[in-house]
Amino acid sequence: MELNIMENQIQQPREKVDEWEPKIIAFLCNWCSYAGADLAGVSRLQYPPNTRIIRVPCSGRISPLLILRCLQHGADGVLVSGCHPGDCHYISGNYVARRKFAILNNFLEYLGIEKGRVQFAWISAAEGKRFAELVQKVTEDVRTLGPATRLVRKQG
Amino acid sequence: MLNTSVAIRDIAKKLLDEKRVDLIIGFEKGSVPLRSTPCFVRSTSEADRLIWNVNCENNLAKYLPKTKERVAIVAKGCDVRSIIGLIKENQVTREQVFIIGIPCKGMIDRRKIEAKLDGKEIIEAEEKDDTIILTGNNLREIIKKEEFLHNSCKTCTHRNPVIYDVLIGDKVVEDQAVDEYREVKEFEAQSHDERWRSFSDEVSKCIRCYACRNACPFCYCQECFVDSSQPQWIGKTTNLSDTAIFHIVRAFHIAGRCVDCGSCDRACPMGIDLRRLTKKMEMDVKDLFHYEAGISLEDMPPLATFNPDDPQEFMMV
Ligand code: SF4
Ligand code: SF4
Repeated sequence: MELNIMENQIQQPREKVDEWEPKIIAFLCNWCSYAGADLAGVSRLQYPPNTRIIRVPCSGRISPLLILRCLQHGADGVLVSGCHPGDCHYISGNYVARRKFAILNNFLEYLGIEKGRVQFAWISAAEGKRFAELVQKVTEDVRTLGPATRLVRKQG
Repeated sequence: MLNTSVAIRDIAKKLLDEKRVDLIIGFEKGSVPLRSTPCFVRSTSEADRLIWNVNCENNLAKYLPKTKERVAIVAKGCDVRSIIGLIKENQVTREQVFIIGIPCKGMIDRRKIEAKLDGKEIIEAEEKDDTIILTGNNLREIIKKEEFLHNSCKTCTHRNPVIYDVLIGDKVVEDQAVDEYREVKEFEAQSHDERWRSFSDEVSKCIRCYACRNACPFCYCQECFVDSSQPQWIGKTTNLSDTAIFHIVRAFHIAGRCVDCGSCDRACPMGIDLRRLTKKMEMDVKDLFHYEAGISLEDMPPLATFNPDDPQEFMMV
């Protein structure tokens, strides 16, 4: 993935605090979660517009570096989602990913990164409604936490 | 210790004589007291340089990845665990390495001794049973070894080599009572803000010299993520964000592989408590996936496999 494309999606001038809106990056796997987001769209479901979606081939593609880089460059929250266990297009990508996510999740919390900044979910292609709900939930969680400060790379 | 040194030399000579290995990796006397340095022996005439003492803390498994030669290596409990990891990761084959295993009672932390001596210079250090006799100008002191062990040695639960081709000396009693994760749990008990503050204080000391990475037997990648420029994952600065991410990802990359040999912790010139990070990874891998690194040659590395019933309580419902 071209990192600078990703960063252009996140890096916009910070609004004034009172107008602050959370910026959330969602990594969605091509086969389930992205299709779930698509279904939410064609079903005309409403959900907060704070999320920028990045489509990845599989949740197994998600390296912690991608997640951390989002937090470093201005994302206030990250959502990672793939196919439900047993439904991975590549058979086991999500199972392997789940192990990585489990330790990354624990580790970030251990170091004091607020719970809720980075969240993980399984969303299928049929779950448009669930997609909208989870995005709603993540947006609210991140809004409650406020703008990300830890791990953010200050300019200069 | 002298007996152990002699035994190492004997076996080294025998192995070289019989042409069973091309190279012996062990330790020789360092140029300053309380220091042993890695030593590479290729002929019987050099074998008498080999020694063994409480300053052989370096993990020599670092020299194994991608070697083509047949190597005999002097290895403590933790070093053998690293070797097992390297064999599993196909960095070296079991047939290629001849393990000269040594049960270990812990290695001495020079920095702790120096701190106690208040700047007085040690000219000679002599081991005697459980003590070390230090002598120098205006200095003659007898210290107890167990009071100056490395932090990783204090919580070690695998002092005896798990596998070996020859074992020198008698097996030692493993410490069953020690809670190796006590510090991790104490850290976990603090609030989010406290944890972030102390983590960021700690890593902001980092000068990004990568000594920790270079000392680790498992950091053998041709191109490390910190060196990659295409893509450049993180900046090369000592800015807190960059160093924090360096440390998070370094710890992540040794998850399920780290054997707590303590090499990274000892190598750091800034005295950063790296075991606070690596121990947490080790603990989680044990708790979540019931895996302990470097114990068996058979089981799959935990992040290269999965169980359909792996915990997923952390995920959104
Ligand atoms: S991370 Fe540190 S303690 Fe763990 S194996 Fe590497 S050098 Fe040893
Ligand atoms: S050895 Fe210490 S100072 Fe050097 S990169 Fe590692 S943690 Fe940073």
